[in-house]
Amino acid sequence: MDGTILKTVNLRKEFGGVVAVMDVSFEVERGEILAIIGPNGAGKTTLFNLISGVHPLTGGEIYFKGQRLNGLKPHVISSLGIARTFQNVQLFGNMTVLENVMVGRHHRSSYGLLAAALRLPRARAEEQEIIAKAREYLSMVGLAERAELNALSLPFGQQRMLEIARAMATEPEVLMLDEPGAGLNRPEKEELARLVEQIRQGGVTVLLVEHDMEFVMGLADRIIVLDYGEKIAEGTPAEVQNNPRVIAAYLGEEDVGFLRP
Amino acid sequence: MIRETGWGRYRNYIGVIIFAVVVGLVPVLAKKYVHVMTLIGIHSIVTMGLCLLMGYAGQISLGQAAFYGLGAYSSAILTVKFFPWLSVQMGQPDLESWWVWPWVAILVGMVFTAMVAYFIGAPILRLRGNYLAMATLGFGIVVHGIFKGFGLDFVRNITGGGTGIPGVPRLAIGSFAFWPKEIYYYLVWATTLLVLLLSLNIVNSRVGRALRSVHGSEVAANTLGIDTDRYKLQVLVLSAIFASVAGSFYAHYMTVAAPDAHSYGFTASVNLLVMAAIGGLASIWGAPFGAAAVILIKDTIRDVMPKLLKYASGEHEIIAFGLILVLIMIFMPDGVTVWLVDAVRRTRRRTA
Repeated sequence: MDGTILKTVNLRKEFGGVVAVMDVSFEVERGEILAIIGPNGAGKTTLFNLISGVHPLTGGEIYFKGQRLNGLKPHVISSLGIARTFQNVQLFGNMTVLENVMVGRHHRSSYGLLAAALRLPRARAEEQEIIAKAREYLSMVGLAERAELNALSLPFGQQRMLEIARAMATEPEVLMLDEPGAGLNRPEKEELARLVEQIRQGGVTVLLVEHDMEFVMGLADRIIVLDYGEKIAEGTPAEVQNNPRVIAAYLGEEDVGFLRP
Repeated sequence: MIRETGWGRYRNYIGVIIFAVVVGLVPVLAKKYVHVMTLIGIHSIVTMGLCLLMGYAGQISLGQAAFYGLGAYSSAILTVKFFPWLSVQMGQPDLESWWVWPWVAILVGMVFTAMVAYFIGAPILRLRGNYLAMATLGFGIVVHGIFKGFGLDFVRNITGGGTGIPGVPRLAIGSFAFWPKEIYYYLVWATTLLVLLLSLNIVNSRVGRALRSVHGSEVAANTLGIDTDRYKLQVLVLSAIFASVAGSFYAHYMTVAAPDAHSYGFTASVNLLVMAAIGGLASIWGAPFGAAAVILIKDTIRDVMPKLLKYASGEHEIIAFGLILVLIMIFMPDGVTVWLVDAVRRTRRRTA
């Protein structure tokens, strides 16, 4: 761990009169796996949408490697080195598995409309490299064999993996995973955990929103707990588990078993 | 996608060459289809732009005929009025009907239409779905209104009002004229095939994927570093340029630019839309077939309807045309081309 890579200061988002994210401040250390947990409607996904620029902020600030991200468009934020996946998988159904990952190489290549139309040598060379890289990322998630299939013809678990490969193809410094385990069965989740660990080993900082507590407890270095848009706890999995406010927030949720030691 | 190794990488080129040979034989083997095939070629160019815009980038345009008309009127106004006037002003009256002017006019028309597309695109493309449809519809109606003169004399003086601008010259290079129509046919189809090849290249490229990603999921595209607004605008401008070239070719073919709705008005925009839909929105190859289908269906209806109905009029033709479209859209929602390819596959599997 060498310093802060991402920082939010009093981050706030209101939808009409509803406060979805209430003055949340936290720092993400380079190279860590940080999980954001909380009951349904706690504002976890909204937080991701704010950081990736999908929603404009109501208040507060976001810094990435010291640079202020406020007001930047999502495609600019992405090209700075923050990639993400979506809770409800957002693959391109009009493309093959490989092409989905190739889109991830967009801002790592540069040829434009004219070069594309005339298929200039530069375009061809870049295209070769895009394909080679995309195949690498497909192999990383074990989908190399499926390259030519339509993306939406994959089983759901593999669609999630493909979305991670696509995000990784942008070569991010921070990868944000929005409920990557949702809808996966046990073996798939174990595979996912291995993949996330491997991604971190590769030097990428991972931020993940998750509902499956067991999964998070085994994987995350640190955990932030949100409730009604507010940060109510922050610390190591062990610390968070014993925090009375966290236990209170989760009471009434069906799945509090994880909180007992 | 295009495979980068083996024969697969030449697939598009081989396809275009085969298509070119077939098209090239028409004036030799089937002379009576030259006129209809010329119209099909011209409309294919517009339709391919519309396919890129709608089928790949997912942005609807109900005003594409306006860009087509801008090309036609640019060519007509410049070649009939402006360049002869300019030649006289420069003291070179012998340059009045110089062969270079029509080509310059086509280029000026392309640039002008591209600029119009750029300036209306920037605000309009922020709209989505029905709202974008309404905005482009309105744009098309306004432009068509301008062609008709807008009820203003100075506009009518430029666009020729209801009669339009007759006397558009034929295209030529030096003393070689692209006429009679069999020769013009080759010029049109050479351009069509070139546009086809460029479009195929774009679709299978970084830019093409960016366009398709806008259609697939705009949010995901954005978070992968794609400036979707920029690509939507680029493809609109490109489709407008295609339409403008086709419009110029049409004006030089008909030797007139006149503001009837079937050429540049709302009906024309709908026809173009139907050509794209019948060919298959997400299929560049479908565009020529979609254009052919619409033009041939309309011709057939015009021939057959009076035989079926004693008092058949224009309205009956529209009803019959509409009915055929509804049937096609119900039974072949991905377009005729995709349906045909699937049908071939199905029968092949059955016999295998």
